[in-house]
Amino acid sequence: MLALIFYLLIIGAGTGGELCVARAMKTVGEVKDFRPAALLRLVPRVLRVPSMWAGVTLMATAFFSLLAVLSTENVSLVVPVTALSYGAGALGGKFFLGEQVSARRWAGVFLVCTGVALVIVGRA
Amino acid sequence: MKPPASPHFKTYLLICLMVTFGPLGNVLLGKGMRQMSASSTGTAAGALGLILRVLTSGTIWLGIGSLLTFFVAYMLVLSWADYSYVQPASAAAYGMVALLAHFILREVVTPMRWMGVMFICLGVLVVGHTPPRTTDGR
Repeated sequence: MLALIFYLLIIGAGTGGELCVARAMKTVGEVKDFRPAALLRLVPRVLRVPSMWAGVTLMATAFFSLLAVLSTENVSLVVPVTALSYGAGALGGKFFLGEQVSARRWAGVFLVCTGVALVIVGRA
Repeated sequence: MKPPASPHFKTYLLICLMVTFGPLGNVLLGKGMRQMSASSTGTAAGALGLILRVLTSGTIWLGIGSLLTFFVAYMLVLSWADYSYVQPASAAAYGMVALLAHFILREVVTPMRWMGVMFICLGVLVVGHTPPRTTDGR
């Protein structure tokens, strides 16, 4: 039961964190100037966006959940489960960020999920 | 540096940077830390020595630099491209790791792993044929 909670945290908090970071970057706006000085000026603007902090906190939660679950479960089981985060990411993109996830993109996400699971199982 | 010409070009460029520098950073950090642990003693003095060795290791700093490059590219690309586009596209890093392991480290890559890499490449190709941005950027 505890492992299930950790799996949910890894996928939910990890994807949620990345979605929050994505929202923060959308709030900052499209970056068009890639000179180092301009990128440095961007840092305080990014840090002023609350969803950036929420994103980093959620990603840290997911990271520590991963460490916790790895102390009791096999890597060959844990990591393929995290491939589900690609599906969760597409859902989050659609409902949290308002992106249009077409059937073609869903098909691509499904192939990536399958591929990631095979790569990690194949490593064992 | 002059800004890239089109949104597609800069999206592909930054995803290429992510796919290259993410796995490279992990490999370099792994290699650097393995070199450290072989000579640590487990005592306080040993731990201090380990920290000093970590901070003076070129491999570790290259790894940190690579991961920093990865993270900056990730943040920048998300400022305009869809998350549901960037996330699966960056999974090509798994393929990169398998290729690095096979051709550089001479590791044995199982047929199942190659099949997984094929699925990922196919998935990335399919996602790559969708528009990178479907929102107005807010």
